[in-house]
Amino acid sequence: MDLFEYQGKQYFARYGIPVSPGGVADTVDEAVSVADQVGYPVVVKAQVQVGGRGKAGGIKLANNEAEVRQHAGAILGMDIKGHTVHRLWIEKASDIKEEYYASFTLDRSKKQHLGMLSAKGGVDIEEVAATDPDAIAKIWVNPVAGLDEATVREWVKAANLNPEANEGAVEILLKLYHCYIEGDATLVEINPLILTPDGRVHALDAKVSLDEAARFRHADVWDTFEGLEPRDERERAAYDLGLQYVGLDGSVGIIANGAGLAMSTVDIVNQVGGKPANFLDIGGGANADHMANALSVINQDENVRAIFINIFGGITRCDEVAKGIVQAMQRVNLNSPLIVRLDGTNAQEGRAILQQHESERLIMKPDMLSAAQTAVEIAGGKA
Amino acid sequence: MAIWVDENTTVVVQGLTGTQGRFYGLMNRDYGTKVVAGTNPRKAGTDVDGIPIFATVKEAVEATGANTSFVIVPAQFAADSVLEAAAGGVRLIVCVTEHIPAHDQALMYNRLKQDYPNVRLLGPNCAGILSPGKANIGFTPTAVSKPGGPVGVVSRSGTLAYQALYELSASGIGQTTCVGIGGDPVPGTSFIDVLAAFEQDPETKAIVMIGEIGGSAEEEAAEFIKDNVTKPVVAYIAGVTAPPGKKMGHAGAIVSGGKGTAQAKMDALAAVGAKVAQNPTEIGDLVKQALAELG
Repeated sequence: MDLFEYQGKQYFARYGIPVSPGGVADTVDEAVSVADQVGYPVVVKAQVQVGGRGKAGGIKLANNEAEVRQHAGAILGMDIKGHTVHRLWIEKASDIKEEYYASFTLDRSKKQHLGMLSAKGGVDIEEVAATDPDAIAKIWVNPVAGLDEATVREWVKAANLNPEANEGAVEILLKLYHCYIEGDATLVEINPLILTPDGRVHALDAKVSLDEAARFRHADVWDTFEGLEPRDERERAAYDLGLQYVGLDGSVGIIANGAGLAMSTVDIVNQVGGKPANFLDIGGGANADHMANALSVINQDENVRAIFINIFGGITRCDEVAKGIVQAMQRVNLNSPLIVRLDGTNAQEGRAILQQHESERLIMKPDMLSAAQTAVEIAGGKA
Repeated sequence: MAIWVDENTTVVVQGLTGTQGRFYGLMNRDYGTKVVAGTNPRKAGTDVDGIPIFATVKEAVEATGANTSFVIVPAQFAADSVLEAAAGGVRLIVCVTEHIPAHDQALMYNRLKQDYPNVRLLGPNCAGILSPGKANIGFTPTAVSKPGGPVGVVSRSGTLAYQALYELSASGIGQTTCVGIGGDPVPGTSFIDVLAAFEQDPETKAIVMIGEIGGSAEEEAAEFIKDNVTKPVVAYIAGVTAPPGKKMGHAGAIVSGGKGTAQAKMDALAAVGAKVAQNPTEIGDLVKQALAELG
């Protein structure tokens, strides 16, 4: 789960990382009331999960109530790279002397935690990494050993921040590591981390991604922050049913078992000239309920003209899948024909079950390629 | 020959008393795999269809000589189970459990590396390992495999590994071993480890490698192939048309900032001489071609 900036700041605050005083506003009046509370000048910030908010006009400084009204009114409802702004974060404006970058993430290649600190903050760090890699001080933390203060001091020194910032940076980085580990985050990022003219260091932005697999350890955090992620209607319905679904914009609905096969199915539909409407991994136990749920989600998608079900039974047994398809067809009034390919565990039995129901609404194909071609043909090619 | 598991493999199943563990443990035994023990501290002294249950892996190893563990337990217990298996004395651990927190995976990996450098972990979230005709540990449907080699298969995705076995067998080509390394962020065994083992295995004449978007494991494998693999490699990468920034199921399968794209991986593999399939149905023909070129 990716947190919005304001959630990230609330999350940071739990771990004692200094952030600017501020509050959330969903209307212009709320924005004014928050601004009155924290005191002027304030920064009005669009809460969307996409980079480049500032350039798009989604971050504005306001010196008085009139300016808050003007900016909040302009930013609420604004479209930033396809994300509509529904919420603002209003915070006390900070004087900035210098801007830094700090983060922890999991380095999959080195299989350790990676800490990055740079004196060149406030900009796209990937650009810094590409153009001036030496400007980023990196440390790898072996999770068995953990991170101690002495190592952080060395690391901060290596980053060549303004020496005035060193003490504050050490303190914040230790806290940042703590919240990364304790909260099972996959990313914690502060960009910019700022030094103020009076020598304080604090977080001006917050980017936090939490590991869904670890939510059982963090029920309170998930309860607080969940449910606000940007999802389209189809994705919302699928998520509520516990399906691995990603909405795309084509006309061939896709159901497959296993993420790899589902991706491969999206690919092959594209390859034979079609446009997939979605990615849907129905997972291991594809029983009738799962199948009915998956079909009902895809059925709500008005663009769908054909549904390609691609199952390779390993964990999943094809006879169970076949029964699920038959039952689902009875439960869900499908707008599009099904094109089914079954192989693997109990494929013979599965095909035998489907054969009894074969029609122009339920077409069976012996392999992935011919099934994709048929599905695309029925969906009307690239339409 | 095969790699890592064969007729001498003896397996203790951690989680044999659970529904899933029982189903796959017995399925693996039915195939001929020597499943000699299970563990469950609360059910020690009982048995599952004649397979004795012990309190710990250590006791199971001492009593039965098991050399391999099959970990099929819920995610919150999996990291502990893997470390218990290593401490218990097995040399190979196959962990199929999915949804293990990423930090637990990193901790488990580094703990193993530090304290048990000779123990190999497959997974987590992998489909398992099959040496056709010899042993099967995990989910792989053996009906689509064909014993006798000469092709080794390695895959992040389970279903795509099955698909590859199916394509090979349909083309009359057998397999030495099919290894699932799993799609999670911190796999215990990498493509490189498997490629090195297949390169050493005299019976393996060609290698099928199936990757997917996300991370850089395929690019690292390509780099390794360049200098260390003399056998022909046929590769397939899933996720060519996946939109950037979207998580496609596997924790690992996400494209970010143009890195980890399928195209980049395919290019890297093609550049070191691998034959790259555009979809899984091409795998059989490409392997046939590669074997024909060997003469």
